[in-house]
Amino acid sequence: MARKHVATTVNGDTYEFLCDAEQTLLDVLRDEMFLTGSKEGCSSGDCGACSVMLEGKLVCSCLVLGIEADGKTIDTIEGMADGETLHPLQQKFLEENGLQCGICTPGILIAARALLERNPDPSEIEVRYWLAGNLCRCTGYDKIIRSVLDAAADMRGA
Amino acid sequence: MVDLQYEAPGSLDAAVALLANAEGEARVMAGGTDLVVQMRSDMIEPALVVDIKNIPEMGAITHEADGGWRVGAAVTGMELCDHAEFKAAWPGVIEGVALIGSIQIKGRASMGGNLCNASPAADSVPPLIASGATVHIIGPNGERDAAVEDIATGPGQTSLEKGELVVWFKFPPRPAHSGDAYQRFTPRTEMDIAVVGVGVDLTLDDAGICSAARVVLGAVAAKMLVVAECADALVGTPVDDAALENLAKAASAACRPIDDKRGTKEFRIKVAGVLARRVAQQALARARQN
Repeated sequence: MARKHVATTVNGDTYEFLCDAEQTLLDVLRDEMFLTGSKEGCSSGDCGACSVMLEGKLVCSCLVLGIEADGKTIDTIEGMADGETLHPLQQKFLEENGLQCGICTPGILIAARALLERNPDPSEIEVRYWLAGNLCRCTGYDKIIRSVLDAAADMRGA
Repeated sequence: MVDLQYEAPGSLDAAVALLANAEGEARVMAGGTDLVVQMRSDMIEPALVVDIKNIPEMGAITHEADGGWRVGAAVTGMELCDHAEFKAAWPGVIEGVALIGSIQIKGRASMGGNLCNASPAADSVPPLIASGATVHIIGPNGERDAAVEDIATGPGQTSLEKGELVVWFKFPPRPAHSGDAYQRFTPRTEMDIAVVGVGVDLTLDDAGICSAARVVLGAVAAKMLVVAECADALVGTPVDDAALENLAKAASAACRPIDDKRGTKEFRIKVAGVLARRVAQQALARARQN
């Protein structure tokens, strides 16, 4: 099978790999770049566990072809903390138990950060609608929503 | 498994040549939110995928000299929803686009893809048809324009010939005192598929009498229904209660729905009438402000 050479920038680092046309961006993040923070939930764009930023846009990496990453800039959960310093969203999720099993958490953090970059002061309803594409089967969402709202408040105060 | 070939041409001509010369099954990819799912679930096994996102015309939003709009077939939902000027002109189209999946899905999904995927429940298509938009199509035999309602012919089926692809949507200039709206019924408010969807575009004369209307029903037949009887119920009236009652009856009468897990025939027929009335009222309110 003809594999294509792909060079992409993920969290500021350059990665090069060979990619089959069938591989998704999620496949190559996990299996070629060994960035396993982005999770595979449904593989059909319903659950949001694989959420990443592609050229600054929030997308499901399971619905992007790996080949499309060539020449593009991608941000994943691995780039969210600054060294040992957690992003305020990550910090709040820990403090307020915004997660249980954790599978949905990377996708939710990436999606929530994208919201706060657009809208630093969202209402609870805006947070709930924005995160409608991120499923969590543990928390019942309430602690997630509160963590996001409290992180937003902290970030506005900072 | 077929050895999949992926191409991302930078021009329309190159895309047409790839599609026209393809030996096996060829598919056009815009956002890929339907295509990748269908490929991964082995519903389709294309030999060639032509990604159209590198073609400049496909990603452009242009306010034209005549006051109309041209929107590339691969413009993403998020990009269109964030376009304040377009949203002001065609709020009903935006209501449809805004209901396509999650933020993540709209980061990729396009109106061109929503149309050509040919789901009878596609949310952007009823308001697109109601708007009177046309699509510009390019193919091996040249270019042509077609009404949006002439593209999808049934579930997953389109009237596009081999090698043809939709390039852009052309929206007419919005007349004075006109407005559009789209609503759908779903059990949940987000991340769901329309049980019934209704798009309405109507125009009033200076006296507030409806002079033109287009009413489109989604998810109640194998393809979108442009219901002339619904338009007739509104035209020549001030869109009062009597007209809305006739509209609702005409909408329910036009439905040819299936029973499925999302709704029974009877439910869809009833809801089509209720929604048609609500959506017409929303379009009316917009027409009065415009």
